[in-house]
Amino acid sequence: MSKRNPEYDFAWCPGCGDFGVRRALQVALEGYSIEHEEPQANNVVVAGIGCSGNMVHLVEGDQPFGIHGIHGRTLPISFGVKMGRPELNTVVVAGDGDFLSIGGEHIGPAASRNVDITAVVMDNGVYGLTKGQSSPTSEFGAITTSTPLGKIETPVSPLKNYMAIGVSYIASYYSSKPRILAKLIQEAMNHRGFSIVHVQSPCTTYNDTYDLLKGKPKEGIQGLAYDIPEDHNPYSADAANELLSKPGIPLGVIYKNEGKSLQDRYEDLQAKAPNRTDDEILDSYLLQI
Amino acid sequence: MDKHDFVIRFAGEGGQGLVTSADALARAAAHAGYFVQTHSTFPSQIMGGPASSQVRISTTPVLSSGDGVDVLVALNQYAFDHHIDDLNENGVTVYNAEEYDLPEGGHYFGIKADELAKSTGNARAANMVTIGAVAHLIDFSLVEIDEFITQRFTRGRPGDDEIIEANIKAVRLGVDVAKSSGFTVGQLEAPTAPDYQQIVITGNAALSMGAMAAGLDFYAGYPISPATTVLVWMENNLWGKGRFVHQVASEIEAINAILGAGFAGKKAMTATAGPGFSLMSEGLGLAWMAEIPLVVTNVQRGGPATGLPTKSEQSDLMACLHPAHGDITMPLLAPGTIEECFYAGALATNWAERYQGPVILVSEFGLAERGENIRRPDLSAVSQESRATVSEGDTGKRYDSWDGSTPLPGMPIPGGPGAYVANGSEHDEIGDTTHLPHHHVRLMERRFKKLDLLDGAHFEIENADAEVIIMPWGSSKGPAREAYDRLREQGADIGWLYSVALHPLPEDVLEILKSGKRIIVPELNYLGQWSALLRQDGYNAESITQYTGLPFRPADLVVSIGERIGVGVTV
Repeated sequence: MSKRNPEYDFAWCPGCGDFGVRRALQVALEGYSIEHEEPQANNVVVAGIGCSGNMVHLVEGDQPFGIHGIHGRTLPISFGVKMGRPELNTVVVAGDGDFLSIGGEHIGPAASRNVDITAVVMDNGVYGLTKGQSSPTSEFGAITTSTPLGKIETPVSPLKNYMAIGVSYIASYYSSKPRILAKLIQEAMNHRGFSIVHVQSPCTTYNDTYDLLKGKPKEGIQGLAYDIPEDHNPYSADAANELLSKPGIPLGVIYKNEGKSLQDRYEDLQAKAPNRTDDEILDSYLLQI
Repeated sequence: MDKHDFVIRFAGEGGQGLVTSADALARAAAHAGYFVQTHSTFPSQIMGGPASSQVRISTTPVLSSGDGVDVLVALNQYAFDHHIDDLNENGVTVYNAEEYDLPEGGHYFGIKADELAKSTGNARAANMVTIGAVAHLIDFSLVEIDEFITQRFTRGRPGDDEIIEANIKAVRLGVDVAKSSGFTVGQLEAPTAPDYQQIVITGNAALSMGAMAAGLDFYAGYPISPATTVLVWMENNLWGKGRFVHQVASEIEAINAILGAGFAGKKAMTATAGPGFSLMSEGLGLAWMAEIPLVVTNVQRGGPATGLPTKSEQSDLMACLHPAHGDITMPLLAPGTIEECFYAGALATNWAERYQGPVILVSEFGLAERGENIRRPDLSAVSQESRATVSEGDTGKRYDSWDGSTPLPGMPIPGGPGAYVANGSEHDEIGDTTHLPHHHVRLMERRFKKLDLLDGAHFEIENADAEVIIMPWGSSKGPAREAYDRLREQGADIGWLYSVALHPLPEDVLEILKSGKRIIVPELNYLGQWSALLRQDGYNAESITQYTGLPFRPADLVVSIGERIGVGVTV
């Protein structure tokens, strides 16, 4: 059940990181609508399949439009929404399995196009909804229900992949501080081009990484997550690559490249397109030698 | 001997200008007032490989590529060996004497087109030498060919005149060779030019034009034979405010892109062939489940797997009707002529809007690149249907129950009122996931009930009192019709049933099927897919199948239908 719909028959586990991401998404959508004086109805949330996909039903308050579509296909669906109706604000929500495994083939084309959509990726390093199988970001050697003797694939490095493939806005965060995450999502929505906010969103049932991320300060154990230093220049690809070459999970904006979005490029094309009427096109087939 | 109909085939290797030659003859003939239809077959490679291109020229509308060949132009020995069996009894072969020789005494003569072309000062006029020879053999007007050459090569450049002169000279040299051979295949009757404006267009261009005329404003596609030319057509023409066209990274991207666009309020289409269609299965399931308007065009080729990318087969019917897992039958339009391609492209777009869901437009290699002169469609007469949408204050929800007794409720469009989730999981009224039985029941019924809204496609019923009815589908319509006409002339008591809409079938067509009459379906596949589907619905249908990668020959159908109905026939 959800607050807005008592009949809705899905629930995240207690402590799931996705609660924090949902809160952040809701604040970001509302914030974006207020900032641009647009109705919430101009926002379209495109969800994949998995625990994270249920996000689209759980946003409270004034409702955005949503698509809860096909496993792995959030990017091409949102591409269709955005290029069909460029005035809509399109946000993808997907998990690491959805986005990086079955849907991995779409990240490159989305980056090449620099299509103006924002992807919020919830990375928990496991397939939760199907009860605990190994995912692209599960650690090497991870024992899961589908790797009972240990995972023998090298884990994917999502942030390095995004850099290499040319994503024009890359941020990384975790689910524990929704207000700051909301700001990053809203900034990503304001970025004109393809933006990814990659969120560590732990699965308390199958892969509880809260301690790993945050450490245990009282016991003197350092966490993997750390705030990106203030002097980091996100407009420098070299600086971003250097940051990503260090151990740990950086929190904040890693990279920004403010170039033309697909929509901008398409408008340039429209300007030189042959503006023939349908009748003129048909007349080009008139019987003549 | 006067004849009203000739088939001229150019056979050789890809890259030898075979299509150019057939196309030139077709255009000259259409311009002279004849009806023409071209047909090409070539391997799936850019240059080389055995290929052929033919044109059928007639004083009446051309229904099929014909039975045999009246004039064969064989540019190499392989082409001669592989096409000679298709030559009609009084047919003549023009062979390429620069490439090979044939023993004396046959129904053929050699021509040295390259050498003769060079003598005109234009080595590139070899095709025109050959066309000259062909023109003499069928007694085709040289005036028309000269005019064709003059128009084709008048390009406003210096040297146009020399090129025109050389080509006209080349034609005369070809005529002389044919004359001295002593052969002729008869005289082409004078045409009665149609009194309406004509266009010369292929099936893929026609269906694209039709969809655009109905208001298509979003296209995403991926190259695949024989559907690539739809993508290319759209990239060249689907421009203007509010329109979008793009080549995406795969067929999976294509179907999902049009899902997003359809959801957002656009009239969206993609076109593909068998392998790409298979990749679109899951997306089609989502479109059906979430009720998103879109059109998927499947230009069939031979299958399965990579199959025969550049050959004719009608073997995707079952896949098109039931593309995805779960309880689904797709609305399906299968045009059988170039003209029908245009109207089916428009109707498919309208159907998707009308019932708020996916529509499959099934074409074929046999229609895709075949050129034909048809009546120019009146674009202002093409209806543009737009889905019902919701307005402020509407109390209905996106996925309310619907039993067909009221108009289909409107669809909320992003940016407007009625926000909901377009959900591929079973859902409640606002699109939230639910597993409750009553929601699955009521929405299953809603999704199927909507199909009742789909009508208006072209169908034909003739002599339905007969006990045996011929019911082709798709491009087999043409050869089946020729066979049907010949059998009727010979006194066979057979009827004719044809429908562009294969699902849902028009009421009038269903009525004939329900009468229990024996239905014979000529179709280009192994399984006999359409008759199997008809039998599944309890109708008395059987197939005449062919799975050579080539279209039916009317003469073969005359024999096979005659055998089925126990009528001795002469071909």
